[in-house]
Amino acid sequence: MLDIFRIAARNLWRYQRRTLLTTLLISLGILAVLLFVGVAGSFKNLMIGQITDSMLGHLQVHRRGYVASIDNLPLNLNLTPQQAQQVEAALKDIPEVEAWSPRLKLGALFSNFTESTNIRLVGVDPEAEARTVPLLPGRVLEATKQGPLLTPGHILIPELLARGMKINVGDTVVLVATNQDGSVNGQTFVVGGILESATGPGGRDGYLHIADARTLLRMPQANVSEIAVRLRSLGGLRPAYSALSAALGALLDAQGKPVFEVHTWEGLSPFSSLARMIDLMNVFIQVMLIGIVLISIMNVMMMAVFERVREIGTIAAIGTQPVRILGLFVAEGLLLGLLGTAVGTVISLAALWGLNLAKVTFAFGMADKLVLAPTIAAGDVLFIGALAVATAVVASLQPALHASRMDPIQALHHV
Amino acid sequence: MSLVQAEALSKTYDTAGVPVQAVRAVSFTIEPGAFVAFVGPSGSGKTTLLNLIGVLDRPTDGRLSVVDTDVTALGRRESARFRGEHLGFVFQDFNLIPVLTAAENIEYPLLMVQGRPAAERRERVRRLLEAVGIAELAHKRPDQLSGGQKQRVAVARALVTNPKLVLADEPTANLDSATAHHVMELMRSMKDQFGTTFIFSTHDPRVMDVAELTFTLSDGRLAQDSPAASVRHA
Repeated sequence: MLDIFRIAARNLWRYQRRTLLTTLLISLGILAVLLFVGVAGSFKNLMIGQITDSMLGHLQVHRRGYVASIDNLPLNLNLTPQQAQQVEAALKDIPEVEAWSPRLKLGALFSNFTESTNIRLVGVDPEAEARTVPLLPGRVLEATKQGPLLTPGHILIPELLARGMKINVGDTVVLVATNQDGSVNGQTFVVGGILESATGPGGRDGYLHIADARTLLRMPQANVSEIAVRLRSLGGLRPAYSALSAALGALLDAQGKPVFEVHTWEGLSPFSSLARMIDLMNVFIQVMLIGIVLISIMNVMMMAVFERVREIGTIAAIGTQPVRILGLFVAEGLLLGLLGTAVGTVISLAALWGLNLAKVTFAFGMADKLVLAPTIAAGDVLFIGALAVATAVVASLQPALHASRMDPIQALHHV
Repeated sequence: MSLVQAEALSKTYDTAGVPVQAVRAVSFTIEPGAFVAFVGPSGSGKTTLLNLIGVLDRPTDGRLSVVDTDVTALGRRESARFRGEHLGFVFQDFNLIPVLTAAENIEYPLLMVQGRPAAERRERVRRLLEAVGIAELAHKRPDQLSGGQKQRVAVARALVTNPKLVLADEPTANLDSATAHHVMELMRSMKDQFGTTFIFSTHDPRVMDVAELTFTLSDGRLAQDSPAASVRHA
């Protein structure tokens, strides 16, 4: 077998310029794919991280029907303390789960005593929230003091609202909210911080302590609107979702319907469509790579066969089995594919390393100066390399079959 | 037992719908260890006959036995296997593989056709290089060799598998007189040394002179043979 590769390598060396050009073409294809996968993949992961780690979490659990009415922030579809405990019990049994945060969401009238507006608020347990969405503390642009994200009696308000109403940290504001029974309650709060806006649902919500939210709503028991869940890694999304859906799906109400609904971040954020588009483009560019390798290898191997007809006739005449002749030409295609893939991979990894050194920044929604740190998983490099090499083999099959089926007499007399 | 036995052997080609009879009902017998020439003008059917004996082509009619095998019914793979095991070939244009050295060209049939172990290959190649007198050229590529040297490599390649029969189609056509004489002498000495039967086609009188047995072909028929041999005209 090694001897076939030795002869194949020498045949490639015989046509150095052609071999070099084909290798370069395959290398360029590999470079384009690995750079795209590295940069687009890193961009996607960064964006997913911004969305899940700033506000959404990886999973969310609601009472059934809540998400369909989420624009109204329906208080009558909150989870009761018993239901919240059932969810927490299920979460404790799922190894992929790292943290979770119960939230109480409400709409309120926001006033600075001279003007007023509507605001969407999220009542949170600051410690649980910071564990579940660790980028949230980083979104606090100005704060009264260093310390916990929130303390009772304080509110974090979105940046655009603060600017529009000229509100500063330390100012007193009034929140007026209507509770589930329709009665209205008002309460003063001190602005504890101004929150940078984030792209996506909930990116312009204000935050207050969950105890304050319950007091404002005159809520007799510890109801919550949703439980946001953080996983140890994004890779655990599917198994955690399945496990949680299975555990909570078994809990039915009096009508025999599920009490809860579980959503992944993808089901809650429109960015998931963009992420899917990036995945689709990944597939598309890999198809282009297949095309490049297929055409270049097939072209060069067909030329090799047509230029060496008499040589093929000679080796066939002296008794070389057709399958060995096939093997010789497939080995040439395989070596070309391997060479192009190896060169392309080295150049691509160097280019990705250079991009990391250059620290390219970009803006996403309201967040700017996000540093693009493109990386590529070893599995992706191996897959793309294997794809190129396998394509090279497939591309060389047709010319190799043609060579192996040649009639020795006609081949020997070929001019 | 004869090495080659042909009975009423015919080959007709279909050239653009027109049947062309290249070999017409030829019968002959060649014994082991013979040094035989098929001679005749261009188009007389020499090469076609050599192709039939070399199992590169199949007769249209008649029976052909080579090395005790009826080769008329062999399939493509069986033909290749038969050629690799029993036959050696020397071509007019030498047909060496340009990317391999002289030694590697000689080694090629042992490696790619017969799959012999490395030690055996090395020993056989060394012996053949010495036998054809080009041991010092073992590591030269074909483009670094003269015509005569290339044909010596080709003869060594044909003999390296210890074939019963070597077929040489116009082996001296591309060589000057002195070199042609040397190559023919080499083939004859190889026949004597290894007991291999040589059959070649030629219209070169220098080659005919060396042959022990000559079959003359004309328009696809055997016209005459000389000297006395076990030839039976159809």
